[in-house]
Amino acid sequence: MASIEIEKLEKSYGHVSVLHGIDLDIRDGEFVVLVGPSGCGKSTLLRMIAGLEDVSRGEIRIAGNRVNDLHPKDRDIAMVFQSYALYPHMNVAGNMSYSLRLRKATKEKIGAAVAGAAAKLGLEPLLERRPKALSGGQRQRVAMGRAIVRQPKAFLFDEPLSNLDARLREQMRAEIKKMHADLKATSIYVTHDQIEAMTLADRIVAMHGGVVQQVGSPLELYDRPANLFVAGFIGSPGMNFLDVTYRGGALRLKDGSRVADSPPVAVQEGSDLTLGIRPEHLTITTDSGGISAEVELVEPTGFGIIVHLTLHGMPVKVFTLDRQALATGGEIKVSFPVQHIHLFNNEGSRIG
Amino acid sequence: MKQSLLLIVAHRLAILCYIVLALFPLFWLLKVSVTPNDLLYSEGVRMWPSRATFAHYSFVLRHSAFPTFFKNSLIVSGSTAVLVTGCASLSGYALSRFSFRAKYWIVALMLLTQMFPLVMLVAPIFKILSPLGLTNSLTGLVVVYTAFNVPFATFLMQSFFDGIPKELEEAAMIDGATKFTAFRQIILPLTLPGIAATLGFVFTAAWSELLFALMLINGNNAATFPVGLLTFVSKFSVDFGQMMAAGVLALIPAALFFLLIQRYLVQGLTAGAVKG
Repeated sequence: MASIEIEKLEKSYGHVSVLHGIDLDIRDGEFVVLVGPSGCGKSTLLRMIAGLEDVSRGEIRIAGNRVNDLHPKDRDIAMVFQSYALYPHMNVAGNMSYSLRLRKATKEKIGAAVAGAAAKLGLEPLLERRPKALSGGQRQRVAMGRAIVRQPKAFLFDEPLSNLDARLREQMRAEIKKMHADLKATSIYVTHDQIEAMTLADRIVAMHGGVVQQVGSPLELYDRPANLFVAGFIGSPGMNFLDVTYRGGALRLKDGSRVADSPPVAVQEGSDLTLGIRPEHLTITTDSGGISAEVELVEPTGFGIIVHLTLHGMPVKVFTLDRQALATGGEIKVSFPVQHIHLFNNEGSRIG
Repeated sequence: MKQSLLLIVAHRLAILCYIVLALFPLFWLLKVSVTPNDLLYSEGVRMWPSRATFAHYSFVLRHSAFPTFFKNSLIVSGSTAVLVTGCASLSGYALSRFSFRAKYWIVALMLLTQMFPLVMLVAPIFKILSPLGLTNSLTGLVVVYTAFNVPFATFLMQSFFDGIPKELEEAAMIDGATKFTAFRQIILPLTLPGIAATLGFVFTAAWSELLFALMLINGNNAATFPVGLLTFVSKFSVDFGQMMAAGVLALIPAALFFLLIQRYLVQGLTAGAVKG
C-alpha cells in the first residue's frame, strides 16, 4: 500500500485543456472518491494515475516515486473498469491469475492467491466459467477479484458499478466498502453518482470543468459546500437556489419580499447573493412567518415526499417525511430555518 | 397462422431456388467430368450420363502437368495468405489503435491502390519484375498477390480490431503486460475469427487469380492451376472432360479450407455487428 501525490497536474489534447492544475494528496490506505458530472476530467485523472494517459504537465508520485514516465505495468496498481474488461477467452480463474502469471509467480502462490480472492468474493463455484456465462454482478466480482489477487500499491475504480441495476449496485457498494475496511488499500474511485461518493469515501474530491472544486469528508461537502457547483451536485434531490438581496439584516427576493433572516455574514447592504437550502431542510408550516408558495407536483418516494413548489415564480423543492404533504394542493407556506441556509456570492463561492 | 405457414413455405422455396441456381454450375462441372468423351456430344442434354467414368481423373492425375499446377497454386496461395494475414494483422492493429502522423495519407494511399483496374497495371508490373528476375517465378506471383491483397486485408483486420474494446488491452497492461504481450496474449486470440476470415479471403483470391498468373508466367513449371486449366484448350478442340476433372480437383482445397474455418467465418464476418 502506498500514498499518492498529485502536483500541478495538467492534461491537454492538442489545444484543448481538460485538467487545469490538479493538486491532491492521497494518504496511505485512504478511500478517495473523484466525483463530478461527465466531462469533468475525473476519469482522465484516474487514467493518468494508472498510466493509460500521458501527463502533459505536473507530477504524479506513488509511494514517493515519480511515475510520470513509467508504463502502467511498472506502477504496481490495479484497476477495475466500468465495462469490467474481463478477458473473454480465459475462464474466471485465468482472468484472476493473469497478472500473477505475467509475473511468473509459482503455481502454488497463484493457486493460493486465486483461492483466497475467490473465497472473499464468493466466486469459488464459478472459477471454471468463461465471462460470457456470468451475470453482470458476477462479472463485476471477477473484475474485483482480478484486482485483489496481487497486493498492488493502490486500487483504481473507474465507475465500476454504473453498468449494474440499482439493487445490485447497492449490494456491491456495501461489498466494496467492506473490502476496503478489510484490505485497508489505498483506493481511488471515480463516479458520477453522488450517493456512491457519499457512502464510500473517506474523502470526496468534487471536480468540475477540469478543476478540483472541493476536497473534504462527505459530511463536510454536504454541510459546508465550498461553492454553488458542489452545493448543487451533492445531495438528492438537489439543493434549491434563490437569487436574493441582502437588505436590513434579512434576505429578500427581487420583488422585495422577505425570505429569511440572514445568517451572520459580513456583506454589504444591497449585495446580490444566492441563497441555497436543501429540500430536506425547508419546512412546511402554518406559521404566519412562512412564505406562501404554489404546489406544482407531489412525488411520493415511499420513505418521504418531494413537493415541487413555485415560490414567487421560482421553482423550489421540499422533501418531507410528513405524509400529510401528500394531500396538499394549492397554496402552502414554507419557512427557511436560518441555521440551514447557505449563502454564495455572485462568483458562486460560499460566504456563509 | 395459415398465412405464416405460407410465408415459411415461400421463403424456403425462394432459398431452394437460389441454392439450385448457385450450385447448378458446380453440378454440371461434376457431371461433365465423369462423362466419357464419346457420350459428351451424343447424348444431348441429360442430367447424368448413362455411363460414368473416372478416366478423366486418372488421366489428369497421371498424364498431365496438373499435379504441378496444383502444387504451384498451393504454394502461391498458401504463402500469400500467410504473408498477407501477417502483415494485415500488424498494420490493421496500428490503424485501429495508434494515432500517428501521416495516418490519413497512408489510408488514402491504400485506398488508392484499390481503385485501378488490374489490366492497367499488368504491363508496368511486368516491366518492374522482369529485370528482377521475378517473372516466371512463384516468388514473383507471391510478391504481386501480397501487394495487391494487403490493403483490403488491412481494412478487414482493422475492423476486427476496432470491435475489440480498448479496455481489454488497458486491463492487460495494468495487470503487468507490455503492449506487445497484450497484443499477443489478449487481442490476437480474440481476433482469431478475423484472422480466419482474412486467411480464407486471401487464399481464395490468390487461388483463382488468372490475369497476373497468365501474364507473368509462361511454361508449365511455374504455372498455377488457373493458367494450367487453359492447357486443356488446344487450337482445334477443348478437352472438356479433363478440364472439368481438373476443375473439380481444384475445388477440393478451397472447399476443405472453408470447411475448416467456416465456424470462425460466421463469427468473423458478423463481428462488431452486435455488442458481445
